[in-house]
Amino acid sequence: MDDQQTSEEGSQSFKAWLSALWRVMAIPLAAVLLALVIGAVLLAISGANPFRAYAALIEGSFGNMKAFGRTLAKATPLIFSGLAVAFAFKAGLFNIGAQGQLLFGALVSAVAGFMIKGLPPFLHATLALLAGATAGALFAAIPGVLKAYTGAHEVITTIMLNYVAINITDYIADGPLKDTSGGNVIARTPAILDSAKIPSIGEIPLGFFLAVLASVLVWWLLWRTTLGFEIRTVGLSPHAAKYAGMKVAFTVTLTMVISGFLAGMGGGIETLGIVGRYQPGFNAGLGFDGITIALLGKTHPFGIIPAAILIGAMKAGASTMQFNAGVAKEITDVIQALMLFFVTADMIVRKILRTKAESGEKITLSGWGQQ
Amino acid sequence: MQTTTTLPAPVSPWKRFLKQWGMTLGIVLSVVVIIIWQYSLNENITEAVLASTIRQSTPLVLGALCGLLGERSAVINIGIEGQMLLGAFIGFLVNVWTGNLLLAVFAAIITGAIMGLLLAYMSVTLKMDQIIGGTVINILALGLTGYFYQVGLTTNGKLQPIPLGPLADIPIVGPALFNNPPITYATFVLVILVHYILFYTKWGLRTRAVGEHPRAADTLGINVFKVRYVNVIIGGAIAGLAGAFLTLEAVGSFERNMTNGRGFVALAVMIFGKFTPLGAWGAALLFGFASAMQTQLQFAGINVPHQFIGILPYVLTIVVLAGFVGRTHVPAADGVPYEKE
Amino acid sequence: MSEEILALEVRHVTKRFPGVIANDDVSFTLRKGEIHALLGENGAGKSTLMNVVYGLYSQDEGEFLVNNKVVEINGPSDAINYGIGMVHQHFMLVPVFSVTENMILGSEVTKGSSLDLRRARREILEISKAYGLEVDPDAIVEDIPVGVQQRVEILKALYRKASILVLDEPTAVLTPQEAEDLFRVMRQLTETGVSIIFITHKLKEVLNVADRITVMRRGKVVGHTTPQETDQKGLAAMMVGRDVLLQVEKTPAKPGEIVLEVENLSIEDERGLDVVKNISFEVRTGEILGIAGVQGNGQTELVEAITGLRDVDSGRVTLADEVIPFKKPRYLVEHGMGHIPEDRHKHGLVLPYDLADNLVLCTYYQQPFAEKMLIRNQQAVLENAFGLLERFDVRAPGPEVKASTLSGGNQQKVIIGREFSRPLKVLVANQPTRGLDVGSIEYIHKEIIKMRDEGVGVLVISAELDEILSLADRIAVMYRGEIVAVVDAKDTSREELGLWMAGAQPEKM
Repeated sequence: MDDQQTSEEGSQSFKAWLSALWRVMAIPLAAVLLALVIGAVLLAISGANPFRAYAALIEGSFGNMKAFGRTLAKATPLIFSGLAVAFAFKAGLFNIGAQGQLLFGALVSAVAGFMIKGLPPFLHATLALLAGATAGALFAAIPGVLKAYTGAHEVITTIMLNYVAINITDYIADGPLKDTSGGNVIARTPAILDSAKIPSIGEIPLGFFLAVLASVLVWWLLWRTTLGFEIRTVGLSPHAAKYAGMKVAFTVTLTMVISGFLAGMGGGIETLGIVGRYQPGFNAGLGFDGITIALLGKTHPFGIIPAAILIGAMKAGASTMQFNAGVAKEITDVIQALMLFFVTADMIVRKILRTKAESGEKITLSGWGQQ
Repeated sequence: MQTTTTLPAPVSPWKRFLKQWGMTLGIVLSVVVIIIWQYSLNENITEAVLASTIRQSTPLVLGALCGLLGERSAVINIGIEGQMLLGAFIGFLVNVWTGNLLLAVFAAIITGAIMGLLLAYMSVTLKMDQIIGGTVINILALGLTGYFYQVGLTTNGKLQPIPLGPLADIPIVGPALFNNPPITYATFVLVILVHYILFYTKWGLRTRAVGEHPRAADTLGINVFKVRYVNVIIGGAIAGLAGAFLTLEAVGSFERNMTNGRGFVALAVMIFGKFTPLGAWGAALLFGFASAMQTQLQFAGINVPHQFIGILPYVLTIVVLAGFVGRTHVPAADGVPYEKE
Repeated sequence: MSEEILALEVRHVTKRFPGVIANDDVSFTLRKGEIHALLGENGAGKSTLMNVVYGLYSQDEGEFLVNNKVVEINGPSDAINYGIGMVHQHFMLVPVFSVTENMILGSEVTKGSSLDLRRARREILEISKAYGLEVDPDAIVEDIPVGVQQRVEILKALYRKASILVLDEPTAVLTPQEAEDLFRVMRQLTETGVSIIFITHKLKEVLNVADRITVMRRGKVVGHTTPQETDQKGLAAMMVGRDVLLQVEKTPAKPGEIVLEVENLSIEDERGLDVVKNISFEVRTGEILGIAGVQGNGQTELVEAITGLRDVDSGRVTLADEVIPFKKPRYLVEHGMGHIPEDRHKHGLVLPYDLADNLVLCTYYQQPFAEKMLIRNQQAVLENAFGLLERFDVRAPGPEVKASTLSGGNQQKVIIGREFSRPLKVLVANQPTRGLDVGSIEYIHKEIIKMRDEGVGVLVISAELDEILSLADRIAVMYRGEIVAVVDAKDTSREELGLWMAGAQPEKM
């Protein structure tokens, strides 16, 4: 009797869990589908065969183990930049500056990767990765402090700082730390030492597992610790947070720092695991993709993983698509933008799916006036 | 144990005046001093700097007008960048196809207006978070222009300067103010026009009321949604015009992401200008002046890496935001969707 | 004589919101030139009904007749066209606009394409004189007192030639004397042919000013009466549906030593105005000090300063012999200060959080809710919630529902449960019952008195004079940032307090 009852309860709660999962996933899934459909229409307009294009895209990203490995490699920094954006979001901050923080992370990891010599492999890679993450964290502290103590809106300051980051990293890679070996003329740093490289396990890059681990840690931090409680409270109601004795300005700054740490780590992993040096342009757009991924993943650390794999697959398959179907790679940017549109304009999608709005923890980003 | 905290005495009215206007006064004075000093050194360079100031400030002031029309009716427009970029692109394409400059400008304006409509739909009707809505527009614009852009196209000519008779010969300011291409003149007119509409007409009164207290406006029979839609769409059209300025008047071709953050700098200009058209104009001229001085620095042979000079406008934007946002009255309902029931 | 022409008739109006029926088959009539009181508790559906009449909400069923003709009201502009004007409970004035700009908004006078502010100003002065409602057309609304703002609101309706005037809880922001003034103006208006709907939950006022009374309870009309046919007790029973204690029982206070002392406190607000000027008072254990005053006289800022939410310009606050280091609510929480905030949605609760998290909002980092101040103990948080929900009689499905789903009264009980569950020395309760139903008000008053009897020093701030009179042992009156008088509750009267609230200086003994 008892057994039956518990198993019944178990299946009931499993059902409830499934329907809850469906409620969460329905909108992003529908958004992705809608974006693909409109993408197909655009492809058709510009004279390409959408089916061939999409088939090539899938082949290039999931067609074989190698392609799949490439997808996960592309997804790895995206998980980090998605986490960075989502984490800041929980405190009501919109970190559009993940791009700049990621650039500094990539550069500093590279510098640590070729300048520090004589360290054992595991230690060197760890150190180089942490150096990059710290650089991202420090760079993110600027908009954090400005937001917390002057009210300067983080959206504008982080975008401005993205341009600053592009200029400064360009200067460093083309100036003081330029690779001069073998008569190189392009802007890039020397290659990192072998001891700093993050290896792959078969076709799957080790960095991917680090990214998954980071997602779990972020989840734990947000929902199982007092710091996470403070961050979420500040995001949902800064006034109530102040009333409750939380240090709002400090929490805002710290959130940006952690967000920058994650973004910097994404840049570092890209350098140490894939590129092998810092070269301007190699990381372009990864930070912005983080916005799409964070929102597609419903700003939940576990939602970000599939979202990042999806976007990673589009990046991995884009060249195959260009080669096989003769479609410009940039179509994937358009499809991504459409995904972002539909997942945020969820009222449109809800009308199509006929579902009601969920009463979730809705975060409102601050305008100019509030601090 | 008792400790007594000592606290500052209340500020005097003089100090309050300084707090509010001191920075503005200081900036205006120092700019005037720099110009006079420069002119005494070399008049040609001064005239070039002033002309360049106007050129650099035009897209910024247009962007700021777009922003403040939205904000005055409580819609935060962070998608100015994207509206500008798409406007620039479509204007460029229409010119390439038809060879007609006027039609191209018109197409850019329409494109901006459509993007304005999209933002209004997202923020007013769908009640989406406006910051995210604007970001969607930016990313969409970047994606669309990137996909449809083909390298190597150039426009059929550019909009040319029209000297306004003897006015253009006035020393120092003549060439800068009275020898400009049409969109620059249009900008002068728009600044005055938007100022007049906002502060002296029925529509302006209603717009400001909707931005401050939409419910009060609603109870007096004003259609809050309509006011917001119209302002955001007109704002988008102005951003489209700014895009047209970039491709059809300033550069003569299109490049990926050619707006280069101007849409965001424009927001800082708007805040710096205290959400008023005339203030935004002053702020835009200051930003333009800073950019123009940069170019001069490079010509002057001062050996600073170009990347460092390149970051100046962005750093200036951050400084302005950090220094001013807390001291400006922001429309009270800014960023808040209006719920009727 | 043919049929009487009615100013307004509401027939069988039903208005539903998701989950509630705000108005259920409501009907009533408004005669020409009468003052018709719409009486009911907070949440009874009075304001909703009037918002439907004014076109802000659309009804699900029912119809309206103006001058015996069925009219279609699809928005406020229709209502204005039919001569309906409304003074909302929260004024619908743009704070940064001048009086003139506020008056003409929506019915602007223009010359060519420009606004004709000069003509508008002249017209405003004319009607202001005609009705004896004095205003300065050039003043900025946020700079004028609430009483004058209300005058602007009434003039706004008259400027639009309203013949039906709806006043929603108009006396909430007035002193008793100002309320008398308003009643005089109302009677004067009815003589010029204006019909008035007077929404209120205050029994005395209804008996004082109304010609006829309609009582609402839980969205329904429960009866019509007149002041001649009934009295306070009868009206209260009709309004609440049971006999009501009009006064909470309480024993005399036994004040002990001083636990909260405020000395020479001054505060300047964001606009640089002195909102609190050199205030001093003290609260002793086992007593309730009530601060009376019309809202907007510095009470909000005073409470924020005492509770650590705001910086002050000079002065000192001492909690149980320790000087409060400013700006540190956490320190105050840990040293025995409880705070029921004025705005429960803004400060008191995180609405998207569940009740369990809201109940540990101030103590989430302490044992047993967190280990080593870092790792949260979900089990302890839940157990705490089960206990408090039961002890404080919160009607909720469980600790895991979101705070936003609860009624106002239950939300306030959650806050009270949270604050009362830690050891308190001082309780600061700012507008503790604003907007609540009678049952919740009685409950909260009893709990506050219980706290006092346990030896806590209580500071109650309220704009409702009735609340102050029923709770306080001593009463301080605040006017324009100053405390104009402190008296023993038993040595004063409504009238005297009212005079002080309006700025009259107490006679020096």
